[in-house]
Amino acid sequence: MDNSPPFIVGLTAAALLSASLTATADDLPSRQEMWKIIQQQQKQIEALQKGAQTNTVDIAQANQKATAAVELAEESQKSVSSAAVWASKTQLGGYGELHYNNLDSKDEIDLHRVVLLLNHQFTDDVRFVSEIEFEHDGDEVEVEQAYVEFDLNQQTFAKAGVFLMPVGILNETHEPATFYGVERNPVETNIIPTTWWVGGAVLGGQIGESGFSYDVAIHEGLKTDADNNYTVRKGRQKSSKADANKLASTARIKWTGMPGVELAATAQYQDDITQGTDDSAGEAWLFEAHAQIEHGPLALRALYAYWDLDGDGPEAIGADEQSGFYVEPSYKFSLFNQNLGIFGRYNQWDNQAGNGEVDSEKKQYTAGINYWPIPDVVLKFDMRKQDNEGTQSNDNGWNLGVGYQF
Amino acid sequence: MLSISRTVLLLLLFPGLLLAGGVYQEPEDFLAEVFNGEVPEAQVIWLTGPRKEVVKELLGHHYPSLRVRYWRQGQRTTWILEEIGKTEPITTGFVIKEGRIETVKVLVFRESRGWEIRHAFFTDQFHQASLNERHQLDRTIDGISGATLSVRALKKLAAMALYLDQQVRQQDV
Repeated sequence: MDNSPPFIVGLTAAALLSASLTATADDLPSRQEMWKIIQQQQKQIEALQKGAQTNTVDIAQANQKATAAVELAEESQKSVSSAAVWASKTQLGGYGELHYNNLDSKDEIDLHRVVLLLNHQFTDDVRFVSEIEFEHDGDEVEVEQAYVEFDLNQQTFAKAGVFLMPVGILNETHEPATFYGVERNPVETNIIPTTWWVGGAVLGGQIGESGFSYDVAIHEGLKTDADNNYTVRKGRQKSSKADANKLASTARIKWTGMPGVELAATAQYQDDITQGTDDSAGEAWLFEAHAQIEHGPLALRALYAYWDLDGDGPEAIGADEQSGFYVEPSYKFSLFNQNLGIFGRYNQWDNQAGNGEVDSEKKQYTAGINYWPIPDVVLKFDMRKQDNEGTQSNDNGWNLGVGYQF
Repeated sequence: MLSISRTVLLLLLFPGLLLAGGVYQEPEDFLAEVFNGEVPEAQVIWLTGPRKEVVKELLGHHYPSLRVRYWRQGQRTTWILEEIGKTEPITTGFVIKEGRIETVKVLVFRESRGWEIRHAFFTDQFHQASLNERHQLDRTIDGISGATLSVRALKKLAAMALYLDQQVRQQDV
């Protein structure tokens, strides 16, 4: 408890208040000092603003430099040397397939084919296309394509050299990932006969915006003989010193005027299918027609081919007519984000169809599955059952295959 | 028959005087058509970071440039992109409006097979297509027999154009 008299307390308080007021007034800057401080702060603000502008300019300059560097790098990639220019115009590709056949006729693993594609673009309008195939682990080496193609205008082209015949479904497009079945279908193989390549020249193109296109070709013909029952497959000359005594002419018309639909027909004429070596044989005609229809997951392929051979020789053994057809429905689906497809195919063909007394017709039922882990790689499985006429043995069994393209 | 065949064969072997390319429309003409002659200044989107990876996933490989040019007018963007079909690049123009494809046009086609993809009956399938959350086209595009690789290239480019359009519009937010 404070016992001081009241007036002493009041004096003390007044003295303290006076001292406090005096100290506060002394701490404040004068007006001149205030002005000086404001000017200094203004300079600092201006300096900061200038710095910010400099940074913006620096960023813009850095951006320009980065852009220029990227452009330079990209241009350098395109044209650093003549070798690079050549490489930019040359493309390598390929495809191949390994098969395991467990059939009545064989139980084997076969590196069926490895194919290398080498193309070169001379100019925008002139290019070279080639395809070299090694079959059965190199037992056979075949040049199936080696031609120069010219774009005559936006809708017309010409090519000269060795090319794949414009006929059928598989003859021109046979990369393993594009078709069902480990082995190619027997109808196109034995009747068309796929793969069929020739030396000669082609004129082709599109007909306006109609979806129609055409090919007209003059090329080496087939050269078959009585020893091979005049089968057309044995008549392929493969552009290897091919007898050009009797050339052949081929025309194809194709319509692809709707997504997923292809309708096509081919006709070929040759005035002597033995190249003048067999007086009992003569001219020959091939007619082929096919349809490919894809809509969503569903697809259908159907093909018919027919050969008409003149002469007593072919007629005597029924080879004057050689024909076949197949129908192949299929369905693609996704399972656990993996792409799969199942198919069934009915094949019927006869290389001696002209003689009803000869039991030569063959029938084959094929069903199987394709699995594409990626679009360019395919694993295949199929089973087949044959129902051949007469004493012809059936070749039943199953196949496995792996195929790729790049 | 034989002599006619040989004459035609000789004629077919000498087509060099008639050459012309597969340029269906020059890119500049395409832009002029899209923008009625008043083409806006080109802008650039960089393919860096996650964007680069998404584009790689869409195409299956890196796009050959780090920068992609585009032309924009409001919510409409236009892209001219290239992707190899079988062996040669296909140059294609895309117009995207509010995240959906308005126009697809093949401008330059340099390969000997697969030219059908330039026709309207095929490109019309892309009309109003957009991307789903997995960066895939929201619809099935029916292919063309014998043109598998060209069709695949165009589908990839359509997805890329839609994705880049998304990226550009996200920069507005």
